[in-house]
Amino acid sequence: MLEINNLHVKLENENKEILKGLTLSVEAGSVHAIMGPNGSGKSTLSYVLAGRDGYTVTDGSATLDGESLLDMEPEERAAAGLFLAFQYPVEIPGVGNMTFLRTAVNAQRKARGEAELSAGDFLKLVRAKAKTLKIDAEMLKRPVNVGFSGGEKKRNEILQMAMLEPRMCILDETDSGLDVDAMKLVSEGVNALRDAGRAFLVITHYQRLLDHIKPDVVHIMANGRIVKTGGPDLALEVEKNGYADILAEVSA
Amino acid sequence: MTAAVATSPRAARLAARLQATQERMAKVPLPASPGWLLRAREGAVARLNATGLPEKRDEYWRYTDPAALIAPTPPSVDVFEITDEPLVFDHVDRLRLVFVDGVFDAAASDPLEAEGIEISRLAEATDIHWAQDLYGALEARAQAPVARPLAALNSATATDGVLIRVTGKVDRPVSVCYLRRKAASDAILHHVLRLEPGSEMTLLENGPGAARSSIVSEIDIAEGAVLHHVRTMGRDHQRIGTTHLFARLGAGARLKSFSLSVNGRLMRNEAMVWMTGKGGSAHIAGAAMGDGAFLHDDTVFVTHQAPDCESRQVFKKVLRGGAVGVFQGKILVEQPAQQTDGYQISQSLLLDERSQFLAKPELEIYADDVKCSHGSTSGEIDADHLFYLRARGVPEDEAKLLLVLAFLAETLDEIDREDIAEDMRQRLRGWLERHR
Ligand SMILES: Nc1ncnc2c1ncn2[C@@H]1O[C@H](COP(=O)(O)OP(=O)(O)OP(=O)(O)O)[C@@H](O)[C@H]1O
Ligand SMILES: [Mg+2]
Repeated sequence: MLEINNLHVKLENENKEILKGLTLSVEAGSVHAIMGPNGSGKSTLSYVLAGRDGYTVTDGSATLDGESLLDMEPEERAAAGLFLAFQYPVEIPGVGNMTFLRTAVNAQRKARGEAELSAGDFLKLVRAKAKTLKIDAEMLKRPVNVGFSGGEKKRNEILQMAMLEPRMCILDETDSGLDVDAMKLVSEGVNALRDAGRAFLVITHYQRLLDHIKPDVVHIMANGRIVKTGGPDLALEVEKNGYADILAEVSA
Repeated sequence: MTAAVATSPRAARLAARLQATQERMAKVPLPASPGWLLRAREGAVARLNATGLPEKRDEYWRYTDPAALIAPTPPSVDVFEITDEPLVFDHVDRLRLVFVDGVFDAAASDPLEAEGIEISRLAEATDIHWAQDLYGALEARAQAPVARPLAALNSATATDGVLIRVTGKVDRPVSVCYLRRKAASDAILHHVLRLEPGSEMTLLENGPGAARSSIVSEIDIAEGAVLHHVRTMGRDHQRIGTTHLFARLGAGARLKSFSLSVNGRLMRNEAMVWMTGKGGSAHIAGAAMGDGAFLHDDTVFVTHQAPDCESRQVFKKVLRGGAVGVFQGKILVEQPAQQTDGYQISQSLLLDERSQFLAKPELEIYADDVKCSHGSTSGEIDADHLFYLRARGVPEDEAKLLLVLAFLAETLDEIDREDIAEDMRQRLRGWLERHR
């Protein structure tokens, strides 16, 4: 589903290469996890895939279902089914959460040639999904993420994901800032969306999230590259021993 | 004084200015008026003659050139007809008063009567006692600390206006519509409002009303009275003009004023507010959007003279295509005005690099126990906000529109009636869609 091949990315305004030939393949129906030391380029990868400004792709490719993502506008990538749950969701004063969600849902439906949701249907849907994530109605009325706690912001990301029903979901440290109960809620939200047509790329530092969202494949990223790929055991190994052994092994 | 006395260039310039003003005013016939009004007009002429007409070099006009506003004749510009959307406030049940190119249109207006309100016209004024104490009085008071010669000129020469006295709580708004049919027209209107203790009303104003307009409103809000004011000046690209809003608030009185200004070549909205009684509250807000040859100036002066009052100035501008926004705002807290809560924010969103925002925010405080804050910023659309919306599938144009509306939201919050706020929101949205 998501095919990344030899991706090289540098900063637009600085001669600094961050992704240095990254190759990764995520098939439909699977959950892949990426772990890796701070600064290894995990968020950069997620931003480049989602289409954020400020990066230059110097080599390689990234495709979603065979279509090149890198040539699309961010909104086209979203309409094509890509979703990024941000590591740091921004607060947007003045834009109501509901207005935002409804505009996003309907814009994507429109881009895909589907009918827009009526105000009533939309409201019903949001309320139901918000309830399972324990997001109360009052929070929905506020401007996007404004005054939300760190954990609430992360839950709001998952609510957006549940509403938009993307096929390729990238979660960038969605577990950071979540308390134990919220981690369970969020994981349940993710697990509820797991199906044969959908894939997840879960960026995390901790095994704990992976106890809830069981990955099929675990990748270790270091210095702008995937340096090791394995099964769920690889995450346990990192949890136990840190990255030193793995990094030493691959550079040897 | 003899010719031999050496004068500084500055004094010489002032003397020349005063002489030019006096010569000009000597030739201007004052409109036929009953005795009290004529005396008020003569008083205004004297004030004007003492200060002279404004010049660009005046500190108070440093950002906005008044030349076109005081030129002997108005500009001649195409009449702009709105055909693609209903007129502002069309959906509101209201008492409608229509001025076309500054001239009252009786046929298009509703009868001047409503429960809880006395309404008459300045041009037909006889001995209206309550207005005699007000006409020109607040304008005169507003001549210090900074002279406002254009307001005095208006008091002297206004041809018409409405005189409104409110005695009860009135639900149905009074709506003054300014329409323009002539290419070159000068509208000089002067309104006087007196809200008796405990009364309440909504005043709506819309339309540029002339190629050049000067509209002065003197508003006296007595103890516990409430005035809601919503004004729009929209879409007429070539219009120039000034408005002056002078408001005096008694104890516990409330004023909420919101102005929307889109397009227009040169507009200056001045507001002078005095908090003269304990516990009053005044909110003055403005949203302005311009593209290209546009200058909009908000000049606001709030004076706190009594304790426990609250005031807010909220002004936001969206500028593109080389448009210019100006804000001069002051909160003056006099010594007796303890426990003042004063807030002022002026911000602009620059949609391109050619546009500019010129701001002069000021605080002057003589009371020791007050809470006052002010802030002024100028910036572009936040790239992270834009990306967040687009990453969720919102197309770029729509995302920008949402963010611009979000930027302006704080001004719309100052409108109490949700249907009117929503109408304003639609106007803003319409403008943004036309000016992508
Ligand atoms: N806009 C930028 N300007 C300068 N440096 C940047 C920029 N974006 C990323 N970097 C640098 O690129 C490297 C990768 O950053 P990135 O945020 O992708 O790491 P990460 O793997 O997500 O780290 P973490 O685990 O801490 O979230 C870091 O060294 C970071 O400082
Ligand atoms: Mg990161």
